[in-house]
Order: sequence, then structure tokens, then C-alpha cells
Amino acid sequence: MLDSKIPCGPIKEKWDKHRFELKLVNAANKRKYKVLIVGTGLAGASAAASLAELGYEVEAFTYNDSPRRAHSIAAQGGINAAKNYTNDGDSIWRLFYDTVKGGDFRAREANVYRLAQVSNSIIDQCVAQGVPFAREYGGLLANRSFGGAQVSRTFYARGQTGQQLLLGAYSALSRAVGKNQVKMHTRKEMLDVVLIDGKARGIVTRDLVSGKIESHWGDAVILATGGYGNVFFLSTNAQACNVTATYRAYKKGAFFANPCFTQIHPTCIPVSGEHQSKLTLMSESLRNDGRIWVPKNKGDNRPPNEIPEEERDYYLERKYPSFGNLSPRDISSRSAKEVCDDGRGVSATGYGVYLDFADAINRLGQDVIEERYGNLFEMYERISGDDPYTTPMKIYPASHYTMGGLWVDYNLMSTIPGLHVLGEANFSDHGANRLGASALMQGLADGYFVIPYTIGDYFATNKFEKIDTEHIEFKKVEKAETEKINRILSIKGKKTPSQFHRELGKVMWDYCGMGRNEAGLKKALELVPKIREEFWQNLTVTGSAEDLNIVLEKALRVADFLEFAEILLWDALERRESCGAHFREEYQYPDGEAKRDDEHFTHVAAWEFTGVGNKPNRHIEPLEFENVKLAVRSYK
Amino acid sequence: MKLTLYIWRQKDPKSKGFMEKHQVDNVSEDMSFLEMLDVLNEQLIHEGKEAVAFDHDCREGICGACSLTINGNPHGPEAATTTCQLHMRKFKDGDSIYIEPFRAKAFPVIKDLVTDRSAFDRIMQAGGFISVNTNQPQDANALPVSKLKADLAMDAAACIGCGACVAACPNGASMLFVAAKVSQFALLPQGQPERKRRVLSMVEQMQEEGFGGCTNFYECEAVCPKQISVRFIAKMNREYLGAFVGKEE
Repeated sequence: MLDSKIPCGPIKEKWDKHRFELKLVNAANKRKYKVLIVGTGLAGASAAASLAELGYEVEAFTYNDSPRRAHSIAAQGGINAAKNYTNDGDSIWRLFYDTVKGGDFRAREANVYRLAQVSNSIIDQCVAQGVPFAREYGGLLANRSFGGAQVSRTFYARGQTGQQLLLGAYSALSRAVGKNQVKMHTRKEMLDVVLIDGKARGIVTRDLVSGKIESHWGDAVILATGGYGNVFFLSTNAQACNVTATYRAYKKGAFFANPCFTQIHPTCIPVSGEHQSKLTLMSESLRNDGRIWVPKNKGDNRPPNEIPEEERDYYLERKYPSFGNLSPRDISSRSAKEVCDDGRGVSATGYGVYLDFADAINRLGQDVIEERYGNLFEMYERISGDDPYTTPMKIYPASHYTMGGLWVDYNLMSTIPGLHVLGEANFSDHGANRLGASALMQGLADGYFVIPYTIGDYFATNKFEKIDTEHIEFKKVEKAETEKINRILSIKGKKTPSQFHRELGKVMWDYCGMGRNEAGLKKALELVPKIREEFWQNLTVTGSAEDLNIVLEKALRVADFLEFAEILLWDALERRESCGAHFREEYQYPDGEAKRDDEHFTHVAAWEFTGVGNKPNRHIEPLEFENVKLAVRSYK
Repeated sequence: MKLTLYIWRQKDPKSKGFMEKHQVDNVSEDMSFLEMLDVLNEQLIHEGKEAVAFDHDCREGICGACSLTINGNPHGPEAATTTCQLHMRKFKDGDSIYIEPFRAKAFPVIKDLVTDRSAFDRIMQAGGFISVNTNQPQDANALPVSKLKADLAMDAAACIGCGACVAACPNGASMLFVAAKVSQFALLPQGQPERKRRVLSMVEQMQEEGFGGCTNFYECEAVCPKQISVRFIAKMNREYLGAFVGKEE
């Protein structure tokens, strides 16, 4: 029943063939279609600008005060492309292959191949926009290698690649706003999607300043609302990142795919105490020059510089000699957990490992290291109080990115007609594990080079009744949302939204974090509904619904996380194998490596809502690998 | 440590604001400034009072959402640091801290410490872009850019649009913000076709928004969390003059 709409034919020709077969909307008719875009990060802003340039009427929404604040901005390391500028053997095929393999064979081949194909256009587009990528003295673009890849295919702008790419997309969006091609709504958060005759025809938002509940109609809705990593409470995500938009779409009938594929990033600054509100990521580009180690002996409390070479365990270099410190994220994260569980961790909590630059500084000189990572070192020093030029950094894995998301077909449309999903919010390209520098690539691929083609086909092949926001369906959703808010304000209990969020996060991290097992997941499935029940009886939110109320905003987001968490747990429980970021402790080889079960799990699990607290229905989209041979993923 | 906070409270843009005194105990030196405010807000909610509204998001110094004037300094006492990256180890037990919004005519207060900085977006909409549509442009390496210029463009592009420069300026000028964008594009070959038009449009919008003029106080550079140099203001002035006297080619 899940039709992925993957075009037939050889993989290299699929996208070209599909583009030709897609129906077009006449240039003069495009202005008759209105698209609502929720989220203005890389995927949303690039889609908004590109669709407006084509002539569609576009309205874009962000809960931030400006589109430039979206969390895409925080990506540090870079963006991949198959340019092969470094002449080291890269190609579209290799980027495709690496991404499928890195995703542990749980991504769709056709989508990944298309991603690799358009990767080169993204770099061209960004350079044309004035994105100041790093360059060599000859004036050409510089590249570096990145976790999980043996070629140098990563383009970067110091440690601020995400910022520069987002500002590029934001400037294209700003240009469209200035020309009145896009209507920009800031400080408005989507509360729900509105379906009319089975199609996505609008959204209901809350104005975060006035508190007003408002309806907006359109002919199609695009969600580019990012991932759900904040379900763990502590993550590298921004504070406001939440699951509401995608979760609400799920409740309206969109399937949620592979929610258990949540990536833990290996290089974050360790937790320092209870007050912690977020974890800060140190770009994994640091792993190019930093060496990761812990003391060989348990309980070795000497300062790092006093531990002699032979008493250090460079565990990644030891276990994975060909990839070493550049091993993929899931493997690096799990290895860090292993050595810390073994009692050899560093930092006050015992959950930290060293990332040491002493060798690189000796080999290359401090100025080279400063040039490459200066701003990252500064940031580290500011947060931790330690100087990484003289003492090794301490790092530990943290929740970072979510490969799972709303299920979409090859056209990036969900199971709700007209509801399209881009970027981290969808599930399609990274399988069970995303490679470094591929998130920026996917966000921009979806927004600049996929949706502008595929959305036209949806318009050209469907009829749209004229509607407005007076339609009964809008009024119903507005009423339900208003009632929900009133209910939240009337509980007047004893615990704050943050307290509930922290409680939920702890359960999710303990039982559904880096390692998962059946007993733990079942326990979490008992605990989460209890937290949710208490939430609706013992929550306290001060202030009113009629103005800017940061506590109410938080409460609404936490309410959805408390329901969403259960799908994640169900998915993790039902996927009885280990693959990529999903490590089920029952399924491993004697040496601790993840044990995939291709016979039973070479598929996407897409979950269908059946009521809050009920087990959702699990649908399957089988994955076929015609071009890459299923193999045990080895980085040894 | 224990701290006494004096915080600006203002119900909405029209109401009069005032400084409100709060006591926070159990502040650890590892907390960020905003985490310390989180602690205060949790305390206020438990007391049945309304939380203090402030803007923030990424909490890693890059989104530009956080603001706050701390003891008179936009983003607080530490150089080259956003409020979210300011840590409590920079303060002492028993300190009194005065927390206000970014103050500027062009940044009206929305509530408490939250201000409206959308004027920056409108300046960007007036000209802060290179007019290329999404298409299949030439290969990225077809247009070499000297490393020196690319690096300098990146120095300017590092601006996070937080508005501290405006809050610090006695004239409430946004010259550093505008100059950073103008310079980034003026330094790159891609920016040349619209070079003159861009600076004229952006400066015009800047004046329309009620930002003041530059009289070389250099307070902007001193508070800029990304250390954007005032040399870019000089560059923008040259660009502006050049655009005025010369005709668009």
C-alpha cells in the first residue's frame, strides 16, 4: 500500500526520466497556486525562494523572530558534494555508495542517488549566491575529509558552514520577500495541519506575540520543520526545536517512518550538571586532526598530559585501523560509551573521552590548527574553561540528528496528499545513520532541486476547490487548539513544562539512547504514559494565552513530545536488529559490532496513528538494493 | 553562588517598564547566563509568577537570537561572546547584575527582554542578496576568488545579526551590521553586478528604519560577539560614496 513512486529504469537515469514525466504547470498559471511552507531553515528557505522564483504564491512561517535563526545555522563542519575537485577518486557513484553504506542499507537507493546527483549543483548555486567557502591560494575551492568518508569531498566556510549556507538561502528568501513574492510570517508557530477532502489545505498557527490562533489556507503545505532530537531533552538542537508540526501531521494521517533512527553525535562537550539546558557540539571535522583516547587503566585520575603514551588507549585507531578517528558517527559514539561503561571515562561524571591535538600541533604547527579550528577552540574554552591548545578536549556523544521523520515518496510527498516534507523532517535519504556533512546537502537538495519539480506535478494532476479560512475544518481545528491551551492553563498543578521534559528525556536517553534492549524499551513504554498522565494533571503554566508566553509555548511542545515518544519506543522495540544508529544489545556479534538482520528488516517501518496511547500500526516499505550489494558494514 | 538580579519587566510595547529585583541562589559557575535565567524562571513559575521573557534559541553562539544588556553591556562583560556563551564563572558570589533588553529606537521592546529586530530583515530584503535564481549556474570553480578576498569576505559574513552593535552605539546606528553584508558581497566577484545598487538600497532602508548615523565611537566593534571589524564601515562608506558619484555601469 505504500507507493514510493520510484521511477523504473537504471538508477542513473531515474531522476532525469522522472523529471521529464512530471506534469508541468504553465508559467502563467503558477501564480494561481498557493504554497504554505512551515520552517525556514535550509530546506524551507531554499524551497520558499525557489518556488517564489518559479511564480508560485508562497507564504512561509517560522516561530523565530527571523528566518536567519533556524538551527541549520549551527552546522559547523561542511557540506558534501561529488565534485572530485581533489582528484582523489570521488564521483556521484561513490557519494551514493558511501551514503547507502553509511546508512547501513536502510535508505532508498533511488533517493540517495538523486541526492548525490544534485550535490554538485548545490555548490554551484551557493557560490553564485556569494557564500564565502574556504579557498586555496589559487582561488579555487578548498575541500576536506569528514567522518565516514575516505575522500575529501566536504566544502566548508571555516567552522560556520551551516551559517553561511543558511544566510545564502535566507538572502534568496529575503530577496523574494522584498519583491512581495513571499509573504513571511515570523514568530508564528504551526499548531496543526488542516485537511479538506483528504488533502492538506492549510495550517493553524499561534502568533507567539499576540497569542492569536490563526488559520492559513493553501493548495499545498510543505513541512520543513527539522528533527525531533529534543525528545531526549538534552541534545545539540536549539531550544525551540520540536516535533509538533510533524507529529500533528502524523495524527492527521501522515505515516511516521523509522523514528528509532536517532543519531548520537560523537563529539559534544560532556554534561556538567543538572542545570544543563543543551549540549554543545564540537564539529566532527576536529576528528581529522584530533586523536581520541582514554587511559588504559580504570580509575586513572592523572591529568591527561601526565599519562604516558603507552598508558593511553587510542581505541578507535586500535579497533578500526583503516578509518581510525574518522569512523562513522554511530561507531564512534558507541565506542565512547563502551570505554566509559568500562570505567575508563574522563571528566567529572566519568562520561567523557579525550580528543587530543598535541600530535597535530607538533606536526603542523599551532598556526595551522588555529586556522582550521580557531573558532571551535575558542568556543570550547568559553564553555569548559580549558584551553585545547595545551590540554586535550573532553568530549562525549549527544543526541544530534534524527534520520527518521515523516514518510515521503520519491516526490517528497507524505501519505497525506498535498503535504510535502523536506530536510530533516522527512526520513528518506540517510537510512539508519547519516554521514557527516550530509544534512546540509539534503536540506538544500530537497529545497532547491527536488520540490520545485515535484510539486508542479501535484498541482497539474489534481483539482482544487476554492476554499478560505472560514471553512468548517479550519474552525474545528481553531476551536480544538484554543480548548487545549485553555486546558493547559487551567491545570494549575505543581510541575513546570521543563520538569516534565527533563523527566521524559531521561527515560528516553536511558532506555532508548545509544544502546537499547527489549526489557528497557518495554519499561519505557510503561513510564512515558505515566509522565504524560501526570503532565495533564500536575502541570503549571503561569501567564496568559493572550500574549508572549514562553512557558505556554514550551508546554505545548512538551505535550506533543510526550505522545510522540511512544512511537519512537515502539519502532525501536519492533526493529529486532541492530543497524546504524539503532543498536539493540541483543543483536550484536561477539566483538560488539552491530548485527543487521537483512532477511527480516530490509525495510522502512512507517507508523500509522491509531489513537493516543495505542500501539500504532506498523506498515512496511520493502527496500530493494539493485546497485549496492548488501554487505556487513566494516570500517576496520 | 548567590546573586541579586535587577531585571527589566515590561508587559507589552505600550506599557511602561520597570526594574524588578530577584534573588537566585545555587548558581553554579558552569552554568551559562541563560541557564541561570532558566533557574530564575523555574523559581518564578513555582511561585505562581510570570516567567521573564527573553529571546534565545541555539545556545551555542551562532543563531543571533539571544540579546540582553548585562550591567550596561550588550551580551555582557566578556569580549567576543554572545549572552548564551557567557558563563557564570565570569561573575562572583554576591554580585548584583542588571539585565535589560537591547536598547535602540529601531528595536522596540515587545515584552520584558524581548525586542523587535525585524528592521534587520527589512534591510536585507532591500538589497542584502545577489540576484540569482535557483538554476544551474556555471561550475563553482569557474570563477576563482583570491584566498585573501574570500577570507576577508568570510570575516564580514560571520555576522550573526544579533543587533548588539546597535544597542552599544550611542547613536543607535546599525552601520556595522549593514557594512558587514555590503562588504561581503563587494569583495566577491559574484557581487559586482549589483554592487552600487545594493549599498544604496540597504543604506536607504537603514535610514528609514530609524537607525542613527556613525560618529566613530567604535562601541559596535567592542561588543560584537563575532569581532566584525569597523574597517568594514570605512569600506561601506567608500562603497556608498562610489555608488553616488559613479553611474551604474
